[in-house]
Amino acid sequence: MKSKVLIEAVGLTKKFGNVVAVDNIDFNVAKGECFGFLGPNGAGKTTTMKMVNCVLPLTAGRLKVAAMNVTEQPREIKKMIGVAPQEDNLDPDFTVFHNLIVYARYFDIPKVKAQKQAEELLRFVQLEEKRDVLIDQLSSGMKRRLILARALINEPQILLLDEPTTGLDPQARHLIWDKIRDLQKQGVTIVLTTHYMEEAAQLCDRTVIMDNGKIIEEGKPGDLIKKHVGEEVLEVAYDEDVLRFLKSAFPAARLDVMGDRIQVFTNQPRGVFSEILKKFEFKAAMIRDANLEDVFLKLTGRRLRE
Amino acid sequence: MKAKGKLAYFSPPKLSYRVWRVWRRDQDVFMKTYKVNFIPPLVEPIFYLLGLGFGLGAIVGRVEGTSYIAFIGPALVATQMMYSSFFECTYGSFVRMYYQKTFDAIIATPLSLEEVIAGELLWGATKSLVYSAIVLGVIVAFGLVSGPFFLLILPLSFLVGLLFSSIAMCFTAITPNIDSFNYPSFLFITPMFILSGTFFPLTDLPPEVQTVSNVFFPLTHAVALTRALATAALSATLLLNLAWFLVTVPFFFVLSINLMKRRLIK
Repeated sequence: MKSKVLIEAVGLTKKFGNVVAVDNIDFNVAKGECFGFLGPNGAGKTTTMKMVNCVLPLTAGRLKVAAMNVTEQPREIKKMIGVAPQEDNLDPDFTVFHNLIVYARYFDIPKVKAQKQAEELLRFVQLEEKRDVLIDQLSSGMKRRLILARALINEPQILLLDEPTTGLDPQARHLIWDKIRDLQKQGVTIVLTTHYMEEAAQLCDRTVIMDNGKIIEEGKPGDLIKKHVGEEVLEVAYDEDVLRFLKSAFPAARLDVMGDRIQVFTNQPRGVFSEILKKFEFKAAMIRDANLEDVFLKLTGRRLRE
Repeated sequence: MKAKGKLAYFSPPKLSYRVWRVWRRDQDVFMKTYKVNFIPPLVEPIFYLLGLGFGLGAIVGRVEGTSYIAFIGPALVATQMMYSSFFECTYGSFVRMYYQKTFDAIIATPLSLEEVIAGELLWGATKSLVYSAIVLGVIVAFGLVSGPFFLLILPLSFLVGLLFSSIAMCFTAITPNIDSFNYPSFLFITPMFILSGTFFPLTDLPPEVQTVSNVFFPLTHAVALTRALATAALSATLLLNLAWFLVTVPFFFVLSINLMKRRLIK
């Protein structure tokens, strides 16, 4: 990749007391790309984002944004970043519009420009009708959209989105996704965290998978799927005999028993399973496309987090 | 970390004009409801002056050569300096920090946490100025002010407000939860309200209480200064009262910012 590196982390580490939240990770984000941090809860994604945002000091390592060191030039870096945090920290004392105006002041945006921009952003996230409404009267989807609009008030070059669609209904989620794609087209570099695999597959050019503070895999969503779980997955109802048969039929495959289902992953091209299904009858058999969730579960395991 | 731990409590904060952005935010909130905000400082002193001033005053007679109502009038201005700023930077700041996550939202912008806290402190001092000005207006209307120096009570209220804001912010930085503000409110603020020469001369109290009051109670010095300025009864000891603030204000201002940094920057 020849494009310019905008965010560069080397040996990045964050400890809270004895707890290692981020454990010696390296990553690069290129200008204009959409980069995703995937991982279960507690993997260290948000902590990493906060360090990029210069609000959390590093314990060790080096972190540069636009060739500036986060510990030396936090103000300059924060000027070029827009942040949509995971938790709602909109200002409940103000209306929707005034939230944007007050936030614009923190960036020294002149009043007239701020007002114009606020109106435009409300249109962009489709909240014009809620302009003069107080925050607690917004639905959670509207709040997320307003947080996104607020993150854009300083026309950022880098947008940090921490779980931008968690808890939203499909309509609201797709609207946010559309907006993120629009922004990427406009040349904004996007870094997002998510534990929705579909979100990462839809939006990200490149992802890293984090677990227990470490980066355990990195690549394009499509490549990661092919590499770890192949193109197709065969799922059938659990049965001892069927399991034994499948093991002999696909000696190189990985067989997962999950509840009352057997999942078969191979690294062979499309079509291997349909041959078998033509010859034999399995109960509740289906062939589906392998997805990022399969990769994720393979790499981070099925144990519940937190 | 440990070695420079103690010094870190007094490391000078790096502040810029951006402090006023935070001040403006708080002012915007205040102005949204300014009509209700002006009720307490306007109404409360009127009842104190009517009830205690005339009622109790009839029993008490003259105190330190003036009527009782003239004695307590300036003290009401001083107590307003304390209450308005102290509660702004305890309950008010805590709600913004803990429940509303307002500080988190602001430090994601070019502002630093130091600037956020300094802005809060300056707003607390401003609130003291505004509320004290209203109470001052009331005692002027009651005819309890004489001489030209009473206008100096306004800058004094900012200074005193800055001290109480800073002390309040220290408590905000260490309080485990919002209910624990009962400790400073009832063990620090309430005794001060009663024992700072507000409603009776300090010299009539037991000597131990006088000592505590003179050494530890900011309100004692605020009352002395306000009373003197209201009646143009200036004396050299007022310089000591003023000096008390000039020492404690920077001390607690810097300490509170560093304590908040310790709480919020992990």
